[in-house]
Amino acid sequence: MATVQVSEAEKVYILHGIRDDLRVDGRGCEDYRHMEIETDMVSNTDGSAKVTLGHTAVLVGIKAEIRKPKPMVPNEGYLEFFVDCSANATPEFEGRGGEELGTELSNTLYKVFNNKHSMDLKSLCISAGEHCWVLYVDVLLLQCDGNLYDAMSIAIKAALFNTKIPRVHISADDEGGKEIELSDDPYDCMRLNVENVPCIVTLCKVGHRHVVDATLQEKACSVASLIISVTHKGTVTCMRKVGGGSLDPESIFEMTEAGKRVGKALHAPLMKLLQQEESLGKTRRKVGFLG
Amino acid sequence: MAGLELLSDQGYRLDGRKATELRKVQARMGVFAQADGSAYLEQGNTKALAVVYGPHEMRGSRSRTLHDRAVINCQYSMATFSTAERKRRPHGDRKSTEMSLHLKQTFEAAVMTQLYPRSQIDIYVKILQSDGGNYSVCVNAATLAVIDAGIPMRDYVCACTVGFVDETPLADLCYAEESGGVSSLALALLPRGGQIALLQMDARLHQDHLETLIEAAMTACKGVSKVLDEVVRQHLQEVSVLARD
Repeated sequence: MATVQVSEAEKVYILHGIRDDLRVDGRGCEDYRHMEIETDMVSNTDGSAKVTLGHTAVLVGIKAEIRKPKPMVPNEGYLEFFVDCSANATPEFEGRGGEELGTELSNTLYKVFNNKHSMDLKSLCISAGEHCWVLYVDVLLLQCDGNLYDAMSIAIKAALFNTKIPRVHISADDEGGKEIELSDDPYDCMRLNVENVPCIVTLCKVGHRHVVDATLQEKACSVASLIISVTHKGTVTCMRKVGGGSLDPESIFEMTEAGKRVGKALHAPLMKLLQQEESLGKTRRKVGFLG
Repeated sequence: MAGLELLSDQGYRLDGRKATELRKVQARMGVFAQADGSAYLEQGNTKALAVVYGPHEMRGSRSRTLHDRAVINCQYSMATFSTAERKRRPHGDRKSTEMSLHLKQTFEAAVMTQLYPRSQIDIYVKILQSDGGNYSVCVNAATLAVIDAGIPMRDYVCACTVGFVDETPLADLCYAEESGGVSSLALALLPRGGQIALLQMDARLHQDHLETLIEAAMTACKGVSKVLDEVVRQHLQEVSVLARD
C-alpha cells in the first residue's frame, strides 16, 4: 500500500485520540468517512461503479463473456477478478510495482466473492457443461488513502447490482449442435441478485482499541488488522488477519463482533441508495469525474 | 467501399458530425487531491485520466539524472474494461510502451525542464474508455494535469487525430473510423507558435494530400486549445473564489 511517514509525536497523538474515541478528523472509532457511490459510468462494460471513500477512489468494471464452465461444477458460472493498482495512486505502482499488491487483493476477492453463498452462480449457467457466463470483474485503484478492501467490496456490490447481462436463447443448429443467440433488445437483460453479496470491513488495532475505516496515518500506527466479510444477515463469510503484529484472541473476538455490527449496518443503506439511483432511470444526470 | 460509409454524400460522418467537427470535449482539473496535478478529459466517448507527480528527486536509477534539466517519465496504460474486447494486461505491451515514449517526447518539447535540473516529473495517463483518438485525448488530459501541478510550460500542448477519406480530411477520428482503414495522422501542436511537437502517421497517403491533412490537423488542434484554455480559466476562477473566502 502507499506508505506515509508518521513521526513518533504524531503516533502518540493518534493513539491518545483513539483511546478516547476521537480520531484525527473527528470521527468515532466505528464511523466511516464520507462515501460517494455512482454506477454505470463506463459504457463499454456490462456494469460499472465508482466509489470514493474519503480520498480512496476505486473504479470497478464488469464484463460478461460466454465460456466453458469449470469441469468440477458444470452447472455454474464463475467470477474472475483482476485488481489493477495503477500508477495514478502513487508513483511506486509504476510498471510492475503494483503487481504484488494487486495479486494479494484479487486473491482475497476470490475467496470472499467467488462462492455459492455470496452469489447465485447457478443463475450464470446457460447450458450445463457447455456454456456459462463468466463475469470479469476488473478493479481499478485510482487513489489510495487506506481501507482499500472496504471500498473495493462496496464498489463490487454496486457494480454487480448494476450489471445487465443480455438474455440468451439456445437453438438447435443444423448439425445438431447448440447455437447461442444473444437478444438484440438492449433492455432485455438479466439482472443479478446481490442480496447475499458480502461487504468487507477492515478493522485496525490501534493501541487497545480497534478502528473501522483507517486512514494511512492510522494504519501506520496500527499493530495488525482484521478483514471480515459480512452479509446483510450478519453472517461472517470470510475472515483474515493481515499485518505484521500479533493479536490477542480476545481482541479478535471483540473485533469480530464489532465487524459484524458495522458490516450488517452497511448493507441496508447501500441497497436503498442503489435502488434509488436505479429508479431515477433516464432522468439521472451522470456526473462521473466531472462533478 | 469503406469511403462511402465513413463520409456520406451530404458530408455527414458515422456519428453525424461534419468533416471538420470535433467531438464534445469536457474536462475537469484537480480531480485527485493526493497527486500534485490531475485532470480528467472526455472527448466524445473516449475518457482519460491524467496524473502528474513532481518535480521530485529521481527515483530508481540515479545514473539517469540529467545535470541541466528534469527527466520526464511517462506511463500510458488502459483500463482492462476500456475496450470492447477485454484487455488482459493494462500496460507493459508494445503498444503501451510506444505510446509512453511518444508522450515523453511530446512533453519534453513543451515543459520547461531547464528550471528543474536533477529532478524527475512523472506523468501517468490512464484510458478509462477507448473510442478512438487515444493518443490525442491523453495529450490533452496530460496538458491539463501538468498545468494543475503548476509546472511551467511553453504553451498548451493540443493533439488531434485526423484521417483522409474521399479527398476530405476528417478531424478527430472515432474508433469506427480509425479501424475502417482510414489513413490517420496524429499531431501534437503548441498552438501559439504553430510548433509541432509530434507527428505520426503509419498508413499510405499520397504526397499531395499531406499538406492539406497537416493543415486540417493544425486547425483542429487550435480548436482544442480554445476549449482547454476555457477549462483552465474556469478552474482558476473557482479556485480563487474559494481562496478569497
